This record gives sequence, structure tokens and C-alpha cells, in this order.
Amino acid sequence: MRTLFASPILRFVGRRLLYSLVVLAGVLVLAFALVHLVPGDPVRIALGTRYTPEAYQALRSASGLDRPLVQQFFSYAGSALTGDLGVSFRNGDPVTATLLERLPATVSLAIVGILIALLIALPAGIWSALHRGRISDGIIRVTSQFGVSIPDFWMAILLIGLFASTLGWLPTSGYRPLLTDPGGWLRHVILPGLTVGLVAAAIMTRYVRTAVLEVASAAHVRTARSKGLAPAVVTSRHIVRNALVPVLTITGIQLATILGGVIVVEVVFAWPGLGRLVYNAVAARDYPLIQGAVLLIATLFLLINLIVDVLYAVVDPRIRLS
Amino acid sequence: MTGPVLSVRDLRVRIGRQEIVHGISFDVAPEQTLGIVGESGSGKSMTALAATGLLDIPGAVASGSSALGAVDDSHPTELIGASRRALRNVHGGRIGFVFQDPGTSLNPLLTVERQITESLEAHRDMTRRQARQRAVELAEAVGLPDPATRLGSYPHQLSGGQRQRVMIAIALACDPELLIADEPTTALDVTTQAQIVDLVGDLRRDFGTAVVWISHDLGLIGQVADDVAVLAAGELVEQAPVLEVFDSPRHPYTRQLLAARPLIGGGDPRPAPADAPVLLSVDGLDVRFDVTSPAGATTTVHAVKGVSFEVRRGSTLGLVGESGSGKSTVAGALTGLVAPDAGSAALGGVDMLMVRGAAEKALRRRVSLVLQDPFSALDPRARIGAAIGEPLQVHRLCKGKRARADRVAELLDVVGLPADFASRYPHELSGGQRQRVNIARALAVEPELVILDEATASLDVSVQARVLELLADLQRELGLTYLFISHDLAVIEQMSHQVLVMRSGSAVEYRPAAELFAAPEHPYTRALLAAVPAAQPRSS
Amino acid sequence: MTDMPSGDNLRVSSWRLLLANPLTLASGVVLIAVAIAAGTARWIAPSGINDVDVPNALQPPSGAHWFGTDELGRDILSRVLVAMQASLQVSVVSVAFAVVVGVTVGVVAGYRGGWADIVFMRVVDVMFAFPVLLLALAIVAILGPGMTTTMLAIGIVFTPIFARVARASTLSVRTEPYVAVSRTMGTGHGFILSRHVLPNIAGPLIVQTSLSLAFAILSEAALSFLGLGIQPPHPSLGRMIFDSQGFVTLAWWMAVFPGAAIVVIVLAFNLLGDGLRDVLDPKQRTLAEARRNR
Repeated sequence: MRTLFASPILRFVGRRLLYSLVVLAGVLVLAFALVHLVPGDPVRIALGTRYTPEAYQALRSASGLDRPLVQQFFSYAGSALTGDLGVSFRNGDPVTATLLERLPATVSLAIVGILIALLIALPAGIWSALHRGRISDGIIRVTSQFGVSIPDFWMAILLIGLFASTLGWLPTSGYRPLLTDPGGWLRHVILPGLTVGLVAAAIMTRYVRTAVLEVASAAHVRTARSKGLAPAVVTSRHIVRNALVPVLTITGIQLATILGGVIVVEVVFAWPGLGRLVYNAVAARDYPLIQGAVLLIATLFLLINLIVDVLYAVVDPRIRLS
Repeated sequence: MTGPVLSVRDLRVRIGRQEIVHGISFDVAPEQTLGIVGESGSGKSMTALAATGLLDIPGAVASGSSALGAVDDSHPTELIGASRRALRNVHGGRIGFVFQDPGTSLNPLLTVERQITESLEAHRDMTRRQARQRAVELAEAVGLPDPATRLGSYPHQLSGGQRQRVMIAIALACDPELLIADEPTTALDVTTQAQIVDLVGDLRRDFGTAVVWISHDLGLIGQVADDVAVLAAGELVEQAPVLEVFDSPRHPYTRQLLAARPLIGGGDPRPAPADAPVLLSVDGLDVRFDVTSPAGATTTVHAVKGVSFEVRRGSTLGLVGESGSGKSTVAGALTGLVAPDAGSAALGGVDMLMVRGAAEKALRRRVSLVLQDPFSALDPRARIGAAIGEPLQVHRLCKGKRARADRVAELLDVVGLPADFASRYPHELSGGQRQRVNIARALAVEPELVILDEATASLDVSVQARVLELLADLQRELGLTYLFISHDLAVIEQMSHQVLVMRSGSAVEYRPAAELFAAPEHPYTRALLAAVPAAQPRSS
Repeated sequence: MTDMPSGDNLRVSSWRLLLANPLTLASGVVLIAVAIAAGTARWIAPSGINDVDVPNALQPPSGAHWFGTDELGRDILSRVLVAMQASLQVSVVSVAFAVVVGVTVGVVAGYRGGWADIVFMRVVDVMFAFPVLLLALAIVAILGPGMTTTMLAIGIVFTPIFARVARASTLSVRTEPYVAVSRTMGTGHGFILSRHVLPNIAGPLIVQTSLSLAFAILSEAALSFLGLGIQPPHPSLGRMIFDSQGFVTLAWWMAVFPGAAIVVIVLAFNLLGDGLRDVLDPKQRTLAEARRNR
């Protein structure tokens, strides 16, 4: 048991976990500060036209905004850690419940998106790197440059215009839960998934290409060739496998980025996920909901990065065995 | 086999429009070692790679003929322009390769065993089990301690010497007829180098392999080669059996190369000025620092353990040690780059370690530092004149730009460089020229003490000889005091009046140079001296 | 014979190398053209940006209206030109903000190390934990929509990347031997920062600036699309695309032209950034020079 705790992997993970918690604390502070940085009175702004002195007082004490700042923070942090993120300014629903209700839709979109991205970026990036300077490399690079330059909402609208409105193959918007209606889920997730995935693919292809290029010019690849190994073996065992380590990091970052980027795509496709929720909350100045969503997404972000770091330690023997 | 193992005729290598290798021809006799020696830019690596079909630089084209002799003296295999398939059979199967840097030449993600069995599976059609068995045999043959367990390690868990042994095992796995060793010991310590040289010698006898050993070190080639080929600027300048090359060299370049070598016991160091006062006095210097591994674990390294010495004005103290001995840390402590944990150091009675503020600035004027790598010691975006002029500006030694420019021209002249170099950039200069610029910059403040940390280690042998001569002249003319740090004992002997030998942070032997080289006391010093390649080649 | 310079006859001046790459050259030209068009937008626009002309609504591209008209009969070309001006303005101002703040923080953190480094970089890490658009939205939620808020939001959100790039470059320069030698000569920190650090970190920062300008245009478009960026009646490329949603099958030009404008500008900045990286990054540079010497 003692040797387990002394194991380098566990120590490494422990260090990363500690670091993540520190950042999480910072995130909490930032999320909390959102409400209090609003010039003017957040409660008044939220009520807007529904303002009455009674409603104002009620909402104000319900959200605890009449207490001293520090006390508010600790009470906020405390309840956040136990899962209670307050209630919405708009309809009084508990924030946590609302967020969890919308989470599956965003997660399924993000996963479909990253899978499409990997399916395109991995082969394209590897091919492009190994055939550097040839025409196919040029085509891949130009295409990915385009992909990175296209606004995702524009792509979404064009895709809808083509496949849904004109050809009528796919629905223009909406969502069907995976478990109750797999067929419907698939039909509805294709266009938004493609939108998210294609843009992510363009970004990732360039990073994969760079990672593979760097590995391909490493000294150990020349050693592998000097052994007279078949090109396929050199590529798979000595180039791609070594490039997987940085590719892992890239995938993690991209997945986390998608979590934020889905906002616009969800709005265009009327996808009932966290992104659309945040958008509506911002439009309505529903601060507790904004706070909660921001906190949740940032936490997911940190979690993904932590998992990537752990996988790193598992895959790279230099970290696993010091 | 009676014919040559490798027969190269009129080999040329072209990159783009430039020809790098100009029509080289040589033979490698069976079971013999051919030493290819040349300085940087001679094209020795490129020749060997082109001759064996391993040239991987984009745009490089080889022409001419390179024939690999067949075991049964039948039709030889032409390697230039051979199909990739044919080359794959030859690489690893009939020709083995050992490259320079064992740290990066092995795949960090695969076990050592896997990297050996790969070859066997590819060429000898073995199953995993058979290959594993053979790998153990090979590991034993190359002297890897505890072979059965070591095979399961990853490269980063082995030392530099052990990794190079693994590379040799990989190269010899399929019992090739020819072994190409490209600077295999350049990145290793002198003692490890000696071990590897012995190992390759033994294996050559046991396996019956012919060897092509490429190096810039003529002394080393003298130890290992039967025949020597001297390359310069892509041309084959001289080729002869080793004894002939050393005893009666024909080409002037070979003679120049032989003469430029610093040798143990060759030449007396200039006499030290009699009864000079002590300039630098170091007492009980102790330095520790923390090192963080990639996993984030921190360990404390005790780099310098209570070292003491004195240097008299106008003389040179040679500080010698291998990598990890702490010699560079001593230099760091004396120049303020590293904070010592204990001990004291004084320059002419003035404390060097605790000074701050204006006193520190005044102290920095009196001590100069010249580092090993001439390129990275100069700001790539600053002109030479600006680099040399920086200390003049900082210490306000000249009145106005004009005066500064004049002084810079003076300094360039002192180190033997033309005055118009002041407007050039570092990348326009050669390694030797850049190092002269570094010396000029060090002299700009008219220092009393100059610390030279491996200042000639990255230079070609002939360039090194000229720079060492310059340093000796400057010491005589300007009365400079040197702390000369190096791993090269021959250079130390040539330059030093006193010698301090360091090992793992401790001072191991501290005596006048003549005494130390005549009769070394400490076993480590003796081991170091024994490991230096001899001046004369071994008789076959 | 042996101590050769490291290839002085192979070195090519930076400008020539930059211009030798056709894509970089084209991007530069495009960006200059865009800048001129945007700068003079209100003068060269054929019609007013809000000249409603309902009888001529939804007209396809023609001689009178090169980009067609929208659902209120407004000339799309004019609106695109003025919107481009606003987009460029937002992106330049926000990136300028991010550069000034981010580089200062990054250089201080990278050079001094110690507490400054730890504190600044933790703050940067916290900011990095938020997806870009989310953080921008949150800031807009606090301050209310509009062009100024957008500039501030994007500026704040882009600061961390400049801090990171500046810190990494500063750190790598600070550990270079020539800086160590300067310190041993007694050179002061100010001299080292201005003469050695800044010139040597300029390269990666210039590349990042170009790429961030590209991303800023996309971010502003996204914010405007959501109605939280540049507010009507001032036209914005993002909002024009939003308005085109109901008319995609009837009037494809309403979606295509504003979108194409975005793509052209962003692509040009991206290609320029790549071209700059080829010239300014020493690892890439040797390749580019070799290609040119072929």
C-alpha cells in the first residue's frame, strides 16, 4: 500500500489535482464576481419592466444580496460545493436542476463533434505531415485554413439552407433524446454535429500535422529507418505512436473549447443545451443562471484537462517511471 | 569474403545546386576498421550516409557507386540508386548503424528490448520468444549490467554509456558485415568513451564485422582504425594505413591536423610569473540546487561540495572534470549567476559572493566570462559592434559613440579580426570568429580575471589551436589571470600552471600542473589520464 | 578551410523571404485593400446603409446592387462595407488592448519569476478555464451590449494568450547564454529588457497578433450574431447573417456576401500569420530559406 502512494503516477496526479483545485477556487471567485461587477443594481436590471418595490425586496433577500460581500461569497462557495447554485431570477427554478437538465444535449453534441473532428483530423494531419510538400499536403493545408476562417454560425446556416430547407433530407432544428428515439437523435444531431466537428477538424488538423512533423524529424526515426524496418512500421510504431502524446493534449483542449463554442451552434439549431441556456440567460440578465452555467462549464473544462494530464502520465513512460 | 566489404567509387552528393561531397572513393576491407576523420563541414557524415543509402535530407541526391560486397564473393549489391526494398534488406540486416546522440536516437516510448527485437523480427524472421532470447545474448555481449532486467527498461532510465551500448546491440543484432559508427562517443565522457572503444574492438573481433568509424578526433581514430581517410570540405585528402598517416602524413592538411592536436606530455606550459600575489581566493565553496523532473518531483543536487583553491595573478588554474563534476557551477558562483550556500570567495581581497549594488557592478568589471557555445553567447539580433560595446556602455568606459566605436575596433584587432566585423551579425561569422568576438567582449572592461568555461570545446581542432594561442598571448601581454575550465586534459596541460580535478562536486586533486601530469596521485586522475586517446596510434 | 560561417550566402533578408511566399503576399495585398475599403466605406458606399426601399426588397445581385438587397430593400454592398469597418475597428482595438496588457504581464512574469510569475500565471490560468465566447458573453452580460463593450470583452478575453506567449518567449530568452553573459558583465535589467528581450520576443508576438486579429473578427461576428455586439441600426456582419436566416432559400445573397466578407478577412489574417511564422520562427525559417534556394 505504501508503495502505491509513493508511485510516481499518483504523486503526479495528486499534484495536478491540487493545481486544478487552486484554479477552481479562482473560477469560483470570478463566477461570484459576475453579479457584483454589474454597474447598477443587478436585481433591478433583472426585474426590468416587472419592477415593483415588493418584487425588488423579495428577489433581493431571496438571492441574499442584502448581506455583506464576504459573507455572500462564502455562502455562495459553500452552497456551490454542495451542488446548490441558487435560483433563477426569471422563473425561480433551482439553477442546478436546470443546468443538469440541459447538460445531456450539450454533451452529446460535443462528443459527436469531437468524434467527427478526430475522424477527419487524425488521418488528414498524419497524411499531410508525411507527404509534406506534395500536392495532397497543400490541398489539406488550404482546406484547413478555410475551415478555420469560417464562422461556425454561417456554416450552420448554409448547411441548413442546403440540406434541410432545399433538399429536405434533415430537420432544420430541434433535438430528440438518444435513449428514447435513437433514429430521431441521429437525424437531428447530424447537422449541428457536422458544424461543430468540421470547424474543430480544421483546427485540429493543423496541430496534428505540426505534432507529427516534429516527431518525424526526431533522431529516433532515423534509427528506426537504419534498422531497415518497413515504412508502415516506422510510421505507426515510431512516428504516430510518439505523436499521440501531443495529440492527446490537443484533443483535450479542443473538446474543452467546443464546450464554449457550442453556444452559437445551439442557438442556430434551437438545440436545448447549456449554450442556448446561457444565451437566453444573458439576454434576460438572469445572473444566478449565468453564474451557474459559467461555473459548470469551467469545472468541466478543468476536469477534461485533468483527465488528459492523467492519460499523459499513463502513456509516457518518462513520467510513469522516474 | 576476399574482396572489400564496401567499395565506394566517385561518390558525389548534391543538395539543390550545391555539391557537398566531391567525388570520394575508398574501400573498407573485411574485418578491418576504416577511420574517417574530418572537422565540421568536411562532409564525413554525409559521405557515410550516402554510401550506405541512408541519406534522408530533403533534396539531397547521391551519385557514383557504392558496392556492398557479397559474403560468397558473388555479385556485389549496388547501394546508390538501389530500390527502397533492396535498401531495407541491407539496412539492419547487412549494415548496422550507431549514431552520435544516444539520448535522442532511441525511441523514448519503447522498451530497450523491443527496440532490439524489432530488427530481429524484421530481418531474421524470428518469433518474439526467439528474438527475446537473442536480445538477452546481445545485451550480455555489449556489457549491459544485469541484462535480463535491464532489457525491460526505457531509455531514459539508462545512463548515456548504457544507452550507447544498447545502440551497439541494436546495430549488431542481425550480425551485419559492416558497422557504421558516426561520432558514437562524442557525446560521452572520456572514461565512458574508452569503455565503448574497447567494447567495439572486442565485438569486431567476435562478430567479424568491418567498421567505419567517423570522428573529428584524430587521437581517437588513431586508437581504433586500421586505415584512415582524411576528409576536408567534401574532398578525400589522404587515405593510408593508420601508422603511415601518423608517422609520415603526405597532405599538408593532415600535417596541420596532427600538429594542431593538444597532446598529453607534448610541450611545456609557459612558466608562471614568479611570486605573483594571489588574485582569486576561494574557500569552502558549497552550492546546492533543486532539479524538477518532468513528472514534477523535485530533488536537491549537491553540485559543489566545499571546494577551495587559489589563483595567482598572471597564471592559469585549470579546472578539470567530466560532466556533472560541478566545474561549471563553480564558474556560475563566481560570476553571480548561481547563489552559493556556503563558503567565501575574494578577488584581490574584495568579497565576491555577498556584494550588491554599486560594489557588485564594480566587481563585475573585474571578472569576465567566456562560455562554450560561441553562437548562443551572442544576441542574434545585435551587431558584433553592439555586443562588444555593451560592457563599455554599461560601465561608461568611453566618452561618446565615436570613442566607443574606436575602442571596439581596437578590441577586434587585438583578437585578430578585421574592424569591419563590427557591423556584421553573429550568424555571418564562423564558430572560431564568434569565439574571438566573445573574447574581445570579455576584454572590453580590462578585467583582471577571465573565466573560460569550456571556451574551445565546440571548436574544430585547428581553430581551437589558434584560439588557445591567442589566449596565451593575451595572458602574457596583458597580465591576465585565467580560470580555465575544461574536460580535455591535453588542453588543460597546455594552458595551466595549476590544476584542480573535480568529481561529483568535490575537489579530488589540486597540484601544480607539471607535478600532476608527471605523477598523478588520486586514482580518479589516473583513470582520466589513462582514458585519453594516446598520441600515437596503437600498433595493429 | 574548415571554420566556415554557418551559411552566410544562404541567408536571405526577412522581407524578401516574406514576399517570396505567394500566399503571404496575396494576404497582405488583400488586407491592404480591405483596410482601404473599410476606411473609406462611407464615401465609396453606393447607397446609404439604412435606405429602406421595400418595393426593391430581396433583389438578386445586379448592376444596380452588386450584392443584391435585403428584406427591407437595403443595398447589401453598402452595408457590408460599413460593417467591415466596424469589425476591423473592434478587432484592432481589442487586440491592441490585449497586446499591451498581456505582453506587460507576460514579460514581467517571465523575467522576474518568483511571486509575480506565480500570481499572474494563476490568474491567467483561471481565465483560460473559460471558453472564449462564454467569458465574452459573461462580460457583455455585466456591462450591457454594444460596440464598446464588445471591444472591452474581446480585449479582456484575448489578454491571457498574449500573456502566455510573452511569458514563454521571455523565459526562453532569459535563459539564453547571452543574457547570462550580460548579467555577469554587470548589465542592468533595464538594458537587458530593452536591448535583448524585447527584440527577441517580437517574432512570436507578431505572429500571435495576426492570428488574434483573425479570431477577434470571428468573435465579434459571433457576438453580433447573438445580438450582443454591435447594435442595430449600425450594420454588422454577424447580425446581417442572423437576419438572413429566414430567407436562405429565397435570397441566398443575404447570407453569402456578409459571410464571405468575414471569411476573406479572417483567411487573410491567418495566412499572413502563417507566413510571418515561417519567417520569424527560426525552426521554420531554415526550411523556407532552403526552399527559396532550390
